[in-house]
Amino acid sequence: MSTMAIDKAGPSRKVKYGSMSRDRTWALRWSYFFLCIFAIFSLVPPIYMLITSLKSSAEISAATNPWWVFHPTLSNYAELLGSNQYLRFFLNSALVSIFVVTITMLISVPAAFALARMKFWGSATLATGVFLTYLIPDTLLFIPLFKMFAVIGDWTGIQLINRWYVLLFIYPTLTVPFCTWIMIGYFASIPKELDEAAIIDGASWFQTLTRIFIPVALPGLIAATIFAFTASWAQFLYPMVFTTSVDQLVLPAGIITTLIKGDVFNWGQIMTGALLGAAPPLIIYAFLMDYYIAGLTAGATKG
Amino acid sequence: MADVTLRKVIKRYDDVEAVRGIDLDISDHEFIVLVGPSGCGKSTTLRMIAGLEDITDGDIMIGGDVVNDVPPKDRDIAMVFQNYALYPHMTVAENMSFGLRLKHYPKAEIKARVTEAARLLDITDLIDRKPKQLSGGQRQRVAMGRAIVRNPKVFLFDEPLSNLDAKLRVQMRIEIKKVHQKVRTTTVYVTHDQVEAMTLADRVVVMNHGRIEQIGTPNELYHKPATRFVAGFIGSPAMNFLPCRLEEVGGKLNLRLTDRIAFPLPPARAARYNALPRSELLQLGIRPEHITESHGHLEPGVESFDTVLDVTEPMGMETLVYFGLDGVAVCGRVNPNAGAQDGAPMRLAMDLNNMHLLNETTGVVL
Repeated sequence: MSTMAIDKAGPSRKVKYGSMSRDRTWALRWSYFFLCIFAIFSLVPPIYMLITSLKSSAEISAATNPWWVFHPTLSNYAELLGSNQYLRFFLNSALVSIFVVTITMLISVPAAFALARMKFWGSATLATGVFLTYLIPDTLLFIPLFKMFAVIGDWTGIQLINRWYVLLFIYPTLTVPFCTWIMIGYFASIPKELDEAAIIDGASWFQTLTRIFIPVALPGLIAATIFAFTASWAQFLYPMVFTTSVDQLVLPAGIITTLIKGDVFNWGQIMTGALLGAAPPLIIYAFLMDYYIAGLTAGATKG
Repeated sequence: MADVTLRKVIKRYDDVEAVRGIDLDISDHEFIVLVGPSGCGKSTTLRMIAGLEDITDGDIMIGGDVVNDVPPKDRDIAMVFQNYALYPHMTVAENMSFGLRLKHYPKAEIKARVTEAARLLDITDLIDRKPKQLSGGQRQRVAMGRAIVRNPKVFLFDEPLSNLDAKLRVQMRIEIKKVHQKVRTTTVYVTHDQVEAMTLADRVVVMNHGRIEQIGTPNELYHKPATRFVAGFIGSPAMNFLPCRLEEVGGKLNLRLTDRIAFPLPPARAARYNALPRSELLQLGIRPEHITESHGHLEPGVESFDTVLDVTEPMGMETLVYFGLDGVAVCGRVNPNAGAQDGAPMRLAMDLNNMHLLNETTGVVL
């Protein structure tokens, strides 16, 4: 009897998936769909830049298929990399970014440590204040900041406007609050017992920071560094406002200022310049990607 | 090594008093366990000895010196935390030597001390591993190693075994005892587990609501508890408490439990309780092992009674029986072969030589 029942059931049985796996399949389909759309949106501009950078001015203005290079040329690259002006922009950008990252880390790491661990009067308010500062958009800040530096110039005779290093004072107003805020999150996720153990072992606050907190929160520190670097490398509004002389310009401002003459756009070189300018952050991301993701997720799950 | 003294130590957080003026003398080489339910102030007391919490009032002395305002690093103490608190980016050896390196000890001495501690704790093979490559028990050993290498005056343990599974806990408990027998450092150990307290301590300090209920050797606490709290906290299953009163029948003192059940008190007990007013509200405290199956020949002071069992729990070496006396649930321990069954009647015997009589209002053992 029982054998017959099995025989009967065998062929007529349909393979049914559980609702879990059905849900999962659909979730995957949708996520791939949206990922594809997202990838297209974000990849089309750089691809278009690459295509345009390989064309001569004549081909760019010709009414041919804009998505194809008929006569590829590296002349745009050669001209830009051979021009002292462009290399100067690059150098200025590099100097500004490296200094800004250094200044930001020197301020925000100890600040975050103090706000996360040393409970002092007003520390919670201060921590919120730091975050609120970040919420003020730079488009609102640049006029008062410009005025401030003008006044400082008038009072002290120290002329900072139209010098590349004025940006070293300005960019940290963006990067310090944000980096402090995310470092507070990372430091707060470190168990309290770890610094208590260090204190009992005989470490000072400074030693606790340098020998325990910084190594343990290294992924977070790298994430903050990448953010500070990217923010200062890609900053456009402030350098446009604060620097005007060609030798003081950083990349984004330099490309726009020198490669657009009146209403003549040198598209080939603009695209090449932008593409080359995007390379350093890209290289840094590629090298530190694992740390960056580890840092982000560590903060997300433990915080 | 040193003795530790607490004098009228108070800890107040805003308007909450976590520790309410405790006095404690811990002598050199002693293993003291602070035990009590969560929120009783035991961890706060330990952290005040460590210097991780300021004290609101009173004095803490280590080796005769008042250390109220001495920072933790200068108190010459070492602490083992519940979650190990190992530095995740350092190897076992680096973790253990961190304190010594901060104090600029010579490299050769650091190496010697670490090697010795690792040998003592049987973690020599793990010395180059990172904490995440270790099991819970191994991490706890490293945390102990970190304390041992510093050769401090006092060891402080803050619930060090709570994160381990039951089997490993028993194993590590023995390890801790062995280590203390070898290094003989004064130790203050905090736990909420009364078994840990009983097995490890030279003396146990039972705390409740920020106060010390009783200080004594494990046996003293078990056999001569001072209060209802201690009597109920120490021992598993817990002591039974039954409302009762004393009555005099024919010149002899009887203990009346219910309308149906009254036992004559053994002579020694009768003499002890004779002076008590007969109207006083009392409680009988009796441990489960003193309620057993009734034999034919009962010892003097052992009284039998009939009851119906509610539930039985066979534990293998014994069977726990639960029954009601006037609505109060009572637990007894009988021989597994005594035939105890759920819902079945049974004749049990209560050993009144080991009874305790408590004042119901104050909870004090009389």
